[in-house]
Amino acid sequence: MKIYVPRDAAARALGSDAVAEAIAAEAARRGQTAQIIRNGSRGMVWLEPLVEVERDGVRLAYGPVAPGDATALLDGTLRCHGTVADIPFFARQTRLTFARVGLIDPLSLEDYAAHGGLVGLRRALAMDQAGIVAEVTASGLRGRGGAGFPTGIKWETVRNAPGPQKYIVCNADEGDSGTFADRMLMEGDPFCLIEGMVIAGLATGATKGFVYIRSEYPDAIAVMSDAVRIARDAGVIGASVMGTGPAFDLEIRVGAGAYVCGEETSLLNSLEGKRGIVRAKPPLPALEGVFGKPTVVNNVLSLATVPVILEKGAAHYAGFGLGRSRGTMPLQIAGNVARGGLFETAFGLPLGEIIHDIAGGTASGRPVKAVQVGGPLGAYLPPSQFDTPIGYEEFDRKGALIGHAGIVVHDDSADMLNLARFAMEFCAVESCGKCTPCRIGAVRGVETIDRIAGGDAGAIPLLTDLCETMKDGSLCALGGFTPYPVMSALTHFPDDFAPARKAAAQSAAE
Amino acid sequence: MTLIDSLPSDAALCAIIDSQMHLEGPLLPILHALQAAIGHVPEAALPLIAQRLNITRAEVHGVMTFYHDFRETPAGRHVVKICRAEACKAMGADQLADHARARLGVDWHGTTADGAVTLEPIYCLGLCACAPAVMVDGQGQNRLMGRVSPAAFDALLAEVAG
Repeated sequence: MKIYVPRDAAARALGSDAVAEAIAAEAARRGQTAQIIRNGSRGMVWLEPLVEVERDGVRLAYGPVAPGDATALLDGTLRCHGTVADIPFFARQTRLTFARVGLIDPLSLEDYAAHGGLVGLRRALAMDQAGIVAEVTASGLRGRGGAGFPTGIKWETVRNAPGPQKYIVCNADEGDSGTFADRMLMEGDPFCLIEGMVIAGLATGATKGFVYIRSEYPDAIAVMSDAVRIARDAGVIGASVMGTGPAFDLEIRVGAGAYVCGEETSLLNSLEGKRGIVRAKPPLPALEGVFGKPTVVNNVLSLATVPVILEKGAAHYAGFGLGRSRGTMPLQIAGNVARGGLFETAFGLPLGEIIHDIAGGTASGRPVKAVQVGGPLGAYLPPSQFDTPIGYEEFDRKGALIGHAGIVVHDDSADMLNLARFAMEFCAVESCGKCTPCRIGAVRGVETIDRIAGGDAGAIPLLTDLCETMKDGSLCALGGFTPYPVMSALTHFPDDFAPARKAAAQSAAE
Repeated sequence: MTLIDSLPSDAALCAIIDSQMHLEGPLLPILHALQAAIGHVPEAALPLIAQRLNITRAEVHGVMTFYHDFRETPAGRHVVKICRAEACKAMGADQLADHARARLGVDWHGTTADGAVTLEPIYCLGLCACAPAVMVDGQGQNRLMGRVSPAAFDALLAEVAG
């Protein structure tokens, strides 16, 4: 009997370690041989710890499971969801990038290969560089970190850049609130990311890769470090990829708590051992990246999507999606929601359908007030815009961005002035300090919002003006996009900024 | 974590620094290694690092102070990190933070008088679908908790800090 108990950080945060111990103890008490596999999460966080028991080749799902449920679980009397495919939240997904996450033992290379792993890499090894790049370009894959730049074009630039040493850098500095897809993938299917990086190396002539993981993700760091060791011992990476290809090796690097290092040029400086200060572009990192060498900088999801593109072909991947947003996006549904978690689907699903049908509305049962899409630099959307389909251009037209596709739901108790203030405060804390609009503007932004809260209506045009300056004058997305949450909150929820109301509420409280 | 009790000698510091020198761009790995071994990055290490990397002491200081993770002084026996970011705010992180600060009697970055707990804000643990979230300690022995109510926070504190 195999029993799957997730080791994913979210499952652990909801008690999966204690559940695994209780099941092992109960099995031992009965003299049963139970093989407990610590898999990744299936992504249905509201059901975590979600335990699957495999009997006669069928995996039955139970959850949320508490340590006290171990007896009923082994008796087979605990309430069962059927298989995960019987759960509508899971059944409605199109899982390409996340096909193996939660399904396999994350650190078993055999399990990985048995579920389609390394097929893409073997195909890539038989192709020339231009052929691999053409395949990725044809898939329509765009940078999943938020900017949405076509991955194939970036690779082509690095491929054509002269120089004996090139690098692949994986941006695993997933700092946006409401996003956790990179974390889940690294904890649940680390070999998939490794395979994607190796293919990127083959395509561009790079022989060395770095995975820059934020220090806030100790579980992901541990899994990735083990996976790199296992892949090296098995000859997947090292002096010769799979024993037949060129050299490619990987190193895990740990960030140090700076949000701005998720910006690619800050990340490169940090890798080099410098302050995580943004670099002006040009030169593009593709030409002068880490240590001044041509460098591919891609997000975890971009790189982890490459194996399935090579495995199933560009046309298969490009067959999903909407307009110029091809393929699938792993949405991360978070905050005040009844059913939060990871939902991978083709681009094109309207925001409202995700929030109401899939996520089941708020956890509190109160009406939805606003949804922030794309992390702390993303706009707040009111229910009147919930018909917007998930797509890069579709969101851009609404003055919003999908970013890394984190969707944070707030109920009607949310104070939008408070959230706008937090956006400015966060920008002030995390600004690298290189450009003035961000460094000074964020501090002035907090002060200006405080004046509005204090009843100074004249400060509202000042805030608008400041946001314009930050948007146009900042070097990178931190200062440049902080106006999105601030201005969207001000535009869509003016009542929360109405000084008279604020002042009245204040004097009533005194 | 096995922390070195008294401040280590220059030779011990150099041994830690040298253990990372084979890496490309070794400064962050060096600072992480020092903090993992000692609990903070002692002032005495900075000139040694500067010498090894052939950069100025000011540059080392500049890098170290840029990153929120590196400490100039030791933390409490446990570091409790409460997420302050949006997804957690949507589920009551502000109230949890207020409760924690009152309960511990410290503000952000403060350490309780008995040296048991240092309270830190953190901006996202990737536990946004089970908010609000807390992490106690870091690499190697981290404890995570989701959907943290004030009562659950108190229970967690009692468990880790006795």
